[in-house]
Amino acid sequence: MLKMIVCMKQVPMVSDLPWDPITGTLTRGAAEGMMNPACKHALEAALLLKEKHDGHITAITMGPPSAEEILREAIALGADRCLMVSDPKMAGADTLATSFTLARAIEIFCPDFDLILCGCHTSDSETAQVGPQLSEELDIPSIASVESLELREKTLRITRVSDHFLETLEMDLPGLVTIATGRFIPRYASMAGLGDAFQDPGILTVGARDLGLDEHDVGLKGSATRILDIFTPVGRKENIVLTGAPKKIVEELFERFDDAIGSVIRKDLKAEK
Amino acid sequence: MAEKKHSIWVFGDYRNYFQNRVTLQLLSRANDLAKMIDAEVCATVFGHEVDEWVGEYIAHGASKVYVCDHPALTFYSTDIYVVLMERLVRQYGPEIILVGATSFGREFAPRLAKRLKTGLTADCVGLDINDEGLLVQTAPAFGGSLLTRIVTPEKRPQMATVRPGVFQEIPHNYQAAGEIVNVPLPDDLPGDRIRLVSSERQAAREQKLGDASVVVCGGRGMGSRKKFRNLYELARVLGGEVGATRPVVYAKWADEDALVGQADKHISPKVLFSFGISGAIQHTAGIKNAGFIIAVNKNPNAAMMKMADVAIVADAGQVCTALIRELKKRIRS
Ligand SMILES: Cc1cc2nc3c(=O)[nH]c(=O)nc-3n(C[C@H](O)[C@H](O)[C@H](O)COP(=O)(O)OP(=O)(O)OC[C@H]3O[C@@H](n4cnc5c(N)ncnc54)[C@H](O)[C@@H]3O)c2cc1C
Ligand SMILES: Nc1ncnc2c1ncn2[C@@H]1O[C@H](COP(=O)(O)O)[C@@H](O)[C@H]1O
Repeated sequence: MLKMIVCMKQVPMVSDLPWDPITGTLTRGAAEGMMNPACKHALEAALLLKEKHDGHITAITMGPPSAEEILREAIALGADRCLMVSDPKMAGADTLATSFTLARAIEIFCPDFDLILCGCHTSDSETAQVGPQLSEELDIPSIASVESLELREKTLRITRVSDHFLETLEMDLPGLVTIATGRFIPRYASMAGLGDAFQDPGILTVGARDLGLDEHDVGLKGSATRILDIFTPVGRKENIVLTGAPKKIVEELFERFDDAIGSVIRKDLKAEK
Repeated sequence: MAEKKHSIWVFGDYRNYFQNRVTLQLLSRANDLAKMIDAEVCATVFGHEVDEWVGEYIAHGASKVYVCDHPALTFYSTDIYVVLMERLVRQYGPEIILVGATSFGREFAPRLAKRLKTGLTADCVGLDINDEGLLVQTAPAFGGSLLTRIVTPEKRPQMATVRPGVFQEIPHNYQAAGEIVNVPLPDDLPGDRIRLVSSERQAAREQKLGDASVVVCGGRGMGSRKKFRNLYELARVLGGEVGATRPVVYAKWADEDALVGQADKHISPKVLFSFGISGAIQHTAGIKNAGFIIAVNKNPNAAMMKMADVAIVADAGQVCTALIRELKKRIRS
């Protein structure tokens, strides 16, 4: 049996996040959560392996209680077991603290894994660091940004593109991969499956104490980095705003900027009189 | 020369030297930072027969280069480079380490930071020193619509990865002097746990988009592949090229060649049309040198709209069609 772990994170749904342009702070409550896209690809890669190799998948997330939803979604898609690592003390973790905490949870609750799959990066923090750092923390080999994988016995053969090189690499399990987005197009969960998954009570939730961790090891206190502030990049232009019907806007655009555009494309754009 | 108090290290990532100058760009910025904290700028070079790169790094601003030259290092290896670097860092104690955010750097740096139990900020678009002498790392957050400033107050070294194109390299100076520190390959290095089966360099692509004077860029806001294809007609009428954002390339509305952004392509058109693009920093980093910008977006608050000369609040697909029609009417030859 191939025992797999998929690490997943809940991220805000929209890319144009609602933020307050005056204070520059996020109104995060307004943004709903979803499974980070790259984690979906990682789960898909695990599901394909499971179909082929008699696999077993544990989905793990560290996050606020609301993140349980993505574990339910993972069950609906075919994960066998879930682990929710949640504790107010874990809030504000950077990648160092996140990978540390995930590693301890894995050591205690699924120590006999063969393969860990992570997304290549998250859409909110985008560091692409948690996967590689988790492999260091567990002292197992890892390969990032994998595009295809194939398992023979306990050897994983992968391909990926790395800095203009198409690489084929091999790694003996146990090991960790991060999955590139682009391949492994995620499947959809059926509504019935989702319904069942929300009935299924079997989500194990653990906190810092269950992992034998001190509050200084996790969350903000366990992090090496500090955020000073978050702000919006400022514009630099005169910024003329045009609104109305598309046809009218386009006419106005050429009335005002026919020369600016025409001189570049070397065409006379003056309207016919 | 008086001993400096600190050192700033730049990881020498020479594998695509001629296309990717990020190491040189970092050496340049490291020199600026070094003046603010009394530091010397050092580079590291791991590989086999690497004299050429050592010389280049000195010519571009490294005053010291730690070199480990050995046949066992012929191919880049994350496993081995991480251990090698960790030992050097423990021996010499640099204050700051900068790594180019290449595919390799993005895998190497987090693992090194983890071993050193220090902080790492990914994909920085700005690096500075504050009053307390800390490295202030500006990085994109939340999909690139916001920027955040991050410090590593206590742990050392302070580490950052930086995408190519953020900083300007200093012109080479082959008269520059630099000290070379030869580092022997430790004989107790653990073996590489990854086996390289094959590695083929992929052909560099043609750079038509990079030279175009008119570019029509489209993003997810174009709504569908079919509507996105209209941008090709608009580009044809304008005699320009089509660019795209990453989601569009992922959705296969456009070829990968069309991707514009810090990762892949910098463009510098005199006129840039931007349709249904939110203006994430990873994208706008690629259009820093654009001249006149016309952006179309339903959302007047999108970052892309703020950096445009003309911001059109409307449906991107409709404006595209209207533009094609109006242009065909006005171009009478
Ligand atoms: C490491 C890393 C590297 C990256 N590198 C790149 C890169 O090189 N290049 C790149 O482009 N991205 C890159 N990205 C992704 C980047 O962060 C953004 O996600 C991406 O640029 C967003 O693309 P978009 O603007 O098309 O989509 P979205 O952010 O989804 O924006 C769509 C926009 O369209 C508008 N819109 C929606 N409907 C309409 C309509 N009908 N009419 C008009 N407007 C409409 C919306 O208001 C919104 O502003 C990178 C990300 C990471 C993490
Ligand atoms: N809080 C978390 N819980 C579980 N997995 C995570 C968490 N944060 C990051 N990961 C994993 O690490 C990957 C990369 O995340 P990041 O380093 O934040 O870009 C994600 O796709 C997940 O697989």
